[in-house]
Amino acid sequence: MDAILIGLAAFLLLGSVAALEMKNLLSAVITVGVVGMGLSILFLLLGAPDIAITQVVVEVIVVTVMIRATTRTADEESGRPRSLATVVAGVGAMVLLVGVAVAAFAALPAFGAARAVPSDWYLTHAQRATGAANVVTSIVLDFRGYDTLGEATVILVAIASALVLARHVTGDGESGRARRGAAAPADAPPAGEEAPRA
Amino acid sequence: MPSDRDGLSVIVQVVTRWILVLIVVYGFGVAFFGHLTPGGGFAGGVVIACGFVLATLAFGGRSGPAAAFHRRVASLEAAGALTYLGMAAIGWTVGHFMQAWTPRGADFTLASAPFLVVLNLAILLKVGAGLFAGFMVLVLFDRAPAAPRDGKGGG
Repeated sequence: MDAILIGLAAFLLLGSVAALEMKNLLSAVITVGVVGMGLSILFLLLGAPDIAITQVVVEVIVVTVMIRATTRTADEESGRPRSLATVVAGVGAMVLLVGVAVAAFAALPAFGAARAVPSDWYLTHAQRATGAANVVTSIVLDFRGYDTLGEATVILVAIASALVLARHVTGDGESGRARRGAAAPADAPPAGEEAPRA
Repeated sequence: MPSDRDGLSVIVQVVTRWILVLIVVYGFGVAFFGHLTPGGGFAGGVVIACGFVLATLAFGGRSGPAAAFHRRVASLEAAGALTYLGMAAIGWTVGHFMQAWTPRGADFTLASAPFLVVLNLAILLKVGAGLFAGFMVLVLFDRAPAAPRDGKGGG
């Protein structure tokens, strides 16, 4: 089991480095997708099916969106030769990060043996307190419902801002509606067709 | 990219129409039983958003099932947020904000935690509509290489 996990983690590391080093943007996006799928398998093996499912579906939609967003620029090669100072700074930062990580992970309790009292309480009482057999859901939506409310607010605000910013493209808003009647907002005309408004 | 406007071939479109039903049903299933099995509103919402992204790619933005969804994206997103907030606010009538006020059925059944089921569905609406709206915004920005700078904020 440990060997599988270590192998998978090494695969993820290699994939991440490969994604950074890819010259072609589309290949890099596909590599990111592979890393994400590997990560979801890792979550599954570590006994977190909720996160594994979320990771899979989010990875699918993110890769789709990124491919859709990079197809125009896929031919452009990204990256340029690095200077010596950049390389030195990068390697130094990595060594520092690995050192801190090793120290931090050594201080963690063993996997599956949490020291915090609330974790045990949740495991033993969640079903009776909320009726949810899935403890993760009982925490996300019941014990920590405020947090989920905040998360929902973040998504709402982010999407609302994006829609407001895109309003001259989507043709929403009063002038867009008047101009295009009941046509679907999905079919915004390209900006070139719009008469410039003074 | 012509597929953007006209959609893909009719074979892809027919298969997409069939599969979209299964994807949406699966997304609702993941959300409905999120309090019993792994999954939940977020995962279910992303599954449904994926389905409509697929439909957008297959049919283009102009027609197909995704266009109808896109027209209602703002109201669906708002409905999800208001449902969550409303369910939480009704908790005040029996105690405090966010209190699970619905009656509970037998354990390990759908009715064991109706409060969580409704919250999961609210999040499904929010996340499904929200992510799809994000996708559409990216697509639309992509379609507009030079935004008009002299229009005073499009209003």
